[in-house]
Amino acid sequence: MPDLIEIGKSVVGQAKAGEEIEAYLVWERETSIRVYQASVESLTGAESSGIGIRVIRGNRVGVSYAGTLERAEIERALEEARDNSRFASEDPHSGMASPDGVEAPTLDLWRGDILTTPTAHKIELAMELERAVKARDSRIRSLNSSNYGDVSVEGAVVNSAGIASYTQQTYCWLWAYALAGTDDETQTGYGMHASRDVAGLDLAFAANEAAEKATRMLGATKPASGLFTVILEPDIASSFLAIAASTLSADAVQRGRSIFAGRLGEQVASPLVTLVDDPGDPRFFSAAPYDDEGLASRRNVLFQDGMLKGFLYDSYTARKDGTSSTGSAIRGGIAGSTTPGPRATMALPGQSSPEQILAEAGDCYLIQSISGIHSGVNPISGDFSVGAEGIRVRGGELAEPVKEFTISSNLQKMLLDVRAVGNDLTFRPGGTAGLTLAIDNVNVSGT
Amino acid sequence: MTLLDETVVQKALGRALARGGDFAEIFVEEKATFSASLEDSLVEELASGTSRGAGIRVRFGDTTGFAHTADLSEAGLNRAIEAASSLARGSTSRAAQVAVTPRIFVPLAHEKAIPGSVAKDRKIELLRRLDAAGRGQGAAIRQVNAGYSDSLRRFLVANSDGVFVEEEQVRTRLSISCIALGDTGMQTGYETAAMTMGFELFDDIDVDELAARAAIRAIQKLSARPTPSGPMPVVLAGQGGGVLFHEACGHGLEADHILKASSVYAGRVGETVASPLVTLVDDGTVTNQWGTYSHDDEGNPAARNVLIENGVLSDYMWDSTQGSRERRASSGNGRRQSYAHLPMVRMTNTYLMPGSQSPDEIIADTEHGIYVAKLGGGQVNTATGDFVFGMTEAYLIENGQITAPLRDANLIGNGPEVLANIDAVADDFAIIPGTCGKDGQSVPVGCGQPTVRITKVTVGGTAGA
Repeated sequence: MPDLIEIGKSVVGQAKAGEEIEAYLVWERETSIRVYQASVESLTGAESSGIGIRVIRGNRVGVSYAGTLERAEIERALEEARDNSRFASEDPHSGMASPDGVEAPTLDLWRGDILTTPTAHKIELAMELERAVKARDSRIRSLNSSNYGDVSVEGAVVNSAGIASYTQQTYCWLWAYALAGTDDETQTGYGMHASRDVAGLDLAFAANEAAEKATRMLGATKPASGLFTVILEPDIASSFLAIAASTLSADAVQRGRSIFAGRLGEQVASPLVTLVDDPGDPRFFSAAPYDDEGLASRRNVLFQDGMLKGFLYDSYTARKDGTSSTGSAIRGGIAGSTTPGPRATMALPGQSSPEQILAEAGDCYLIQSISGIHSGVNPISGDFSVGAEGIRVRGGELAEPVKEFTISSNLQKMLLDVRAVGNDLTFRPGGTAGLTLAIDNVNVSGT
Repeated sequence: MTLLDETVVQKALGRALARGGDFAEIFVEEKATFSASLEDSLVEELASGTSRGAGIRVRFGDTTGFAHTADLSEAGLNRAIEAASSLARGSTSRAAQVAVTPRIFVPLAHEKAIPGSVAKDRKIELLRRLDAAGRGQGAAIRQVNAGYSDSLRRFLVANSDGVFVEEEQVRTRLSISCIALGDTGMQTGYETAAMTMGFELFDDIDVDELAARAAIRAIQKLSARPTPSGPMPVVLAGQGGGVLFHEACGHGLEADHILKASSVYAGRVGETVASPLVTLVDDGTVTNQWGTYSHDDEGNPAARNVLIENGVLSDYMWDSTQGSRERRASSGNGRRQSYAHLPMVRMTNTYLMPGSQSPDEIIADTEHGIYVAKLGGGQVNTATGDFVFGMTEAYLIENGQITAPLRDANLIGNGPEVLANIDAVADDFAIIPGTCGKDGQSVPVGCGQPTVRITKVTVGGTAGA
């Protein structure tokens, strides 16, 4: 594998007088195995790499990328970024991140066994997962697919202001999508387990989850409409908290796109909710010692007992607000732009187990899957309306399965209506941890 | 200029099948993109770049080996071939010698307006016009975000069945998002224009009107009331986008879901699956639409495929992998996001054919319900048929009249049930551009329909019905 820092330095070293250059480099290796009915449906193995270059001249920003680390292509991208900068508006706040003296956490996120485990063993894991899901319950008709995947990623950020950061991480996952039922009825369930190393994969966990989620939906009907408490399972709560955290990006706030603009110090969520973004916590699969501008990761408190404590900044938005970066720069790949945002968010776990939360809520709905997040949640107006599946809860006990209904409210209102936070913190690939979350006064639309 | 020499292609295919396998394919792609955005009336960073690489696919029985590389040298291709064919080792080779037919080359239709030949400041000028026109709709408009992007994608696909196709595709897109602020908080309005063509797109598009539509939508929604909750009649405007059909039956008619019996439409060809008013077509040949191409990413020609005719299911959509399992031809629906992705069955431009009623007639004939003027995105579970789609501009219908604007919400239904509940189809029609995601891959598609009425679908608002 190439020396990313070295390549980055050779690009940045070409900065002319009055010019700043940033190079963002990635090198990635991936495996993806899909098994269907005891044979390999597809096996993908590949290496890829690329560079994103940002040039600032006279307070004007230009960017470019190349999907390779070949010398000639990098040179072409640099010239292109320079040319692009000529057309941008002058922005006095533009600039690169500068070293800020914050020490990066030491994180051990790379496991060699991802690269050394024979492909045959990875295939066997996906095969075994398919067998295991079927063996869990005779009502499992088939699996849409049973999958193994892994990635090994190295990244570097080098800039002409003195930044030179390097990150590396591996992770792998097993997932299955099960179909349960007879000819008359089909229900589906998704199960997954992820780990930094192949040895840490818990196949039984993924198999149980897929089988249970699919079979417990058998016989599901459309529920009656009404106002209810909903209990979000950890995966669903993770999606919900991810949307809430995205509105705390200083970029959204400064552009007048956040419902939380100008509300620092206000009670914006239930006192049960303490929300932190902590990419230095290695339990997150998104953990990294540095952000995508090369600044050290740090722990940022967003809500303390429901009170709005802070926003997430990269160096540009920090300069605009006369503050410092929170190490929250996120770059959407080599061709993406850099904005601040949540990198590793979690609600601090509460005292109650999921069972206690169910028992206390009494009459409610347990939500196991949602759909239409991108079409039904507007983080600017806060309107929230998504499709849902789950289990009706009566007297604190799981009762009949329900599907084809929507749950709707408003993002701000839902945060204030949180009535319980579970103690079951779970980490899966993605930037937000999950835990059971109970929310009052949600509209259920069914029959 | 060819992406890869014919002799290199032949050699690569031969090598890919040297140790066994039924089918080998090489897909070489070069894609150049450009984008620019404007916010706070400032032109933000312009971004451009190129990616180039090859994907190698080797199939033996029902197994596909796949590898991709950005290194198009002989050594780079050989490494990818080695990886893609590793599982085929020891199986019987169908074709060790590969002959390809004379190549088919489809050049761009509009060479003058390809992205690289248009000055960057002309593209930026469009953003400034959008900004001015959006803000011109009133002081309530507090924020305008405008985006321009274009891409030039060239690919070469050749396989051991003798296909050798080279194609160029150029796409251009302009979008605007307006934020209005009022006593009730913030509301957004969004519009986009996107076609498979070059900068000549703007010969036909009224940029000022596009901006005005987005701005007016945001302002009108400031007075929107909570959307009702529960099942009710819904009229979907012909200009609003056909995402309902994309979700309610489009995905469920993709052959990969059918062959795994993970679609509610599996095994139902020849059966009535929708109201007799429903004739659904997937058509990759509609001139310049967002989901249009000459050849799909497996080298098969795009086609017009009738999926449902007068309510009866006539056929599914196929790529070559699923087609080979059923010993039938691809329907030209094999697509991939890039050379680094495996092709699979995807929609192109999917639309409902117009009927005979006028849109006004349908609204006047609806006593109580919802009128959806603009649809958002959607999602479906093909195995259960349950799907959602969003509405981003909607109104109440009271006594046959369109009345109060409503807040954004999702609607939920079950594919076959909703299709059976379509009781009116108008004579208007429009196709709207969109991005379709499946298994982590995004491709451009078109969704179209005339104005239609569904007698009953569940609306996910926060107010009582």
